[in-house]
Amino acid sequence: MERVTVADTIRELSREHLEQNGGLLLGQSISAVGWVNNTVPDCQGIVELPMTDVAGAGFAVGAALVGRRPIFVIRFQDFLLLNGSPLINYAAKSKELHGRPAPVFVRAIGADGIGPVHSGVVHSMFMHFPGFKVCSPMTPGEYRSIWQEYLTGDDPMLVSEHRASFQNCNELPDLLIPDADITLYPVSATRFEAVKAAELLAAEGIRCNVVHILWLKPFRVDQRVAHPLLCSGRGLVIDPGYSIAGAAQALAYELSQETGLPVAALGLEDATKCLCQPLQNRLPDAARIAERVRQIVKKGARGAQSTGGGHV
Amino acid sequence: MRRADYGVRPDASGSFSKAETLALYESICRSHFFDSQVIDAVKSGLTNYQVYLSLGQEAGPAALAAALPGAQLFTQHRCHGYFIAFGGPPEKLRDELLGRPSGSSGGRAGSNCLQHHDERLAMFGHHGLIGENVPLAVGAAFGNQKKTIAVFGDGSAEEDYIYPSLGFALTHRLPILFVCEDNDLSILTPTSTRRSWEFTQMAKGLGLPVRDLADDPWSVVQAVRELKGELPAVLNIRTCRRQWHVGVGCDGPPEWDRLALVQAELDRLGLGAERQEIERQAQQEMERLWNE
Ligand SMILES: Cc1ncc(C[n+]2csc(CCOP(=O)(O)OP(=O)(O)O)c2C)c(N)n1
Ligand SMILES: [Mg+2]
Repeated sequence: MERVTVADTIRELSREHLEQNGGLLLGQSISAVGWVNNTVPDCQGIVELPMTDVAGAGFAVGAALVGRRPIFVIRFQDFLLLNGSPLINYAAKSKELHGRPAPVFVRAIGADGIGPVHSGVVHSMFMHFPGFKVCSPMTPGEYRSIWQEYLTGDDPMLVSEHRASFQNCNELPDLLIPDADITLYPVSATRFEAVKAAELLAAEGIRCNVVHILWLKPFRVDQRVAHPLLCSGRGLVIDPGYSIAGAAQALAYELSQETGLPVAALGLEDATKCLCQPLQNRLPDAARIAERVRQIVKKGARGAQSTGGGHV
Repeated sequence: MRRADYGVRPDASGSFSKAETLALYESICRSHFFDSQVIDAVKSGLTNYQVYLSLGQEAGPAALAAALPGAQLFTQHRCHGYFIAFGGPPEKLRDELLGRPSGSSGGRAGSNCLQHHDERLAMFGHHGLIGENVPLAVGAAFGNQKKTIAVFGDGSAEEDYIYPSLGFALTHRLPILFVCEDNDLSILTPTSTRRSWEFTQMAKGLGLPVRDLADDPWSVVQAVRELKGELPAVLNIRTCRRQWHVGVGCDGPPEWDRLALVQAELDRLGLGAERQEIERQAQQEMERLWNE
């Protein structure tokens, strides 16, 4: 069977959009530098932007306002601080203020280990402000589902991609085991690491559920998400962004509020992502996730489900 | 160069029919009397939301509406004049200023973030960040290839994202007119305090056609008609804000009073009686509107 990667999926969905829906795709250096990791098709509707990050986002939003359903490609999420204003201040508010939706599909690509402003995952910014839907698909199937959600809705969408997923062909089903000691809620590229961490820990006798998080906003604590936590009595959200005021803390809070159980958050340390190895402050890998889980489990405190007491 | 006759064509009004001239004046007057009523509404306490008045600057929007009717608009904060001149329903504007659900944006946006969309008018704006409407306008013009006007002030012209907007429009030969309403002020700071360069020179440097002139409505219409065939292009309109940047106060007489100059020109053309009738009707329309 042919192996279809995330990159293939993005490219082919884009091709159909550009060739058949009259869509647009805007970004910098699209064609010259490997078609953005081979995620962009060579076809009509590609708009090569000049190196103008603020105005470029504005062009995309303007095209969204007149119905072109633009895909706006950002090679490194850190650039969103420049791109952010037209997206957050205009596109996000247009529907609520004027009843005029501005559905721009923002492909914000995350990476790691390549220096202070090319290694970031900053999707929490877009969770903070009203108006955007925020998701982080890591599999071909997830990508197809969020694309469908975009096409059938009229909200702008921040798609927090990650380079670590582009060659992935596999779906990532939740891992649920009876009598789990903890439920892990990994986000973005930490999902691959959380699966490995669960294996590591299993060998030591620590049992982990892994519940994959695709949608950051809206974040729904539904049965699929809540039930494993209610069984395991404690949880840990893992995110490749910064911990302080970041996505992991926000989701942990929601989970904890909904279930009354203690849920911890693991993200980046409060330090610059430097170039050299010891100071890269990389996203939580399997070893770090496992270490954190051991600490939590060792402490022993498990939220008493029956009493509903919950302390993070 | 700040002068009431800067770039103004001698006898510009001479090439307009009587009907065209009176329609232009009517447009100026409706905007003028609308904003005059806003002053009363604020003073009487009917509203205490912030208002950005077009008073003193009414001629530019009126001339643009005459020269480029039906253009899709991306205006900035000082935009009542555009709303009225391009045919927006004044009662929707009033209600928007009052924060009513029947306002053009359901009362949620207000004076500086006006929009209106119906068969006659496609008016977008900004959300309060000066110049942010300019790249949006460029993206919209790219997206639907419709005739587009992007409006900004001499202050907004300095924003980071203006120059690349001009450049992108040029690269893609978009049907867009960039209009700088140059009142020589960013809030209270004059241009000379802020920069040593001219916006029009920057635009020329990029290779855009540019017209730079005072807000004589007949001359502005002529300039826009010339530029219409060679879009994208830049129009710098030298104009005078009469009221405060925000609010209804006044810091003294403006450098020139365009309304009075237009009135004098109408009298010179022998249209004194007609102009008084237009004033009477516009005033009555707006008084009724605000006293409903
Ligand atoms: C991005 C941004 N920076 C600063 C401001 C504050 N501000 C509001 S209006 C204004 C002056 C703008 O001057 P200009 O563009 O010339 O328009 P005018 O008010 O003179 O018509 C400023 C600086 C703002 N609203 N947005
Ligand atoms: Mg100004």
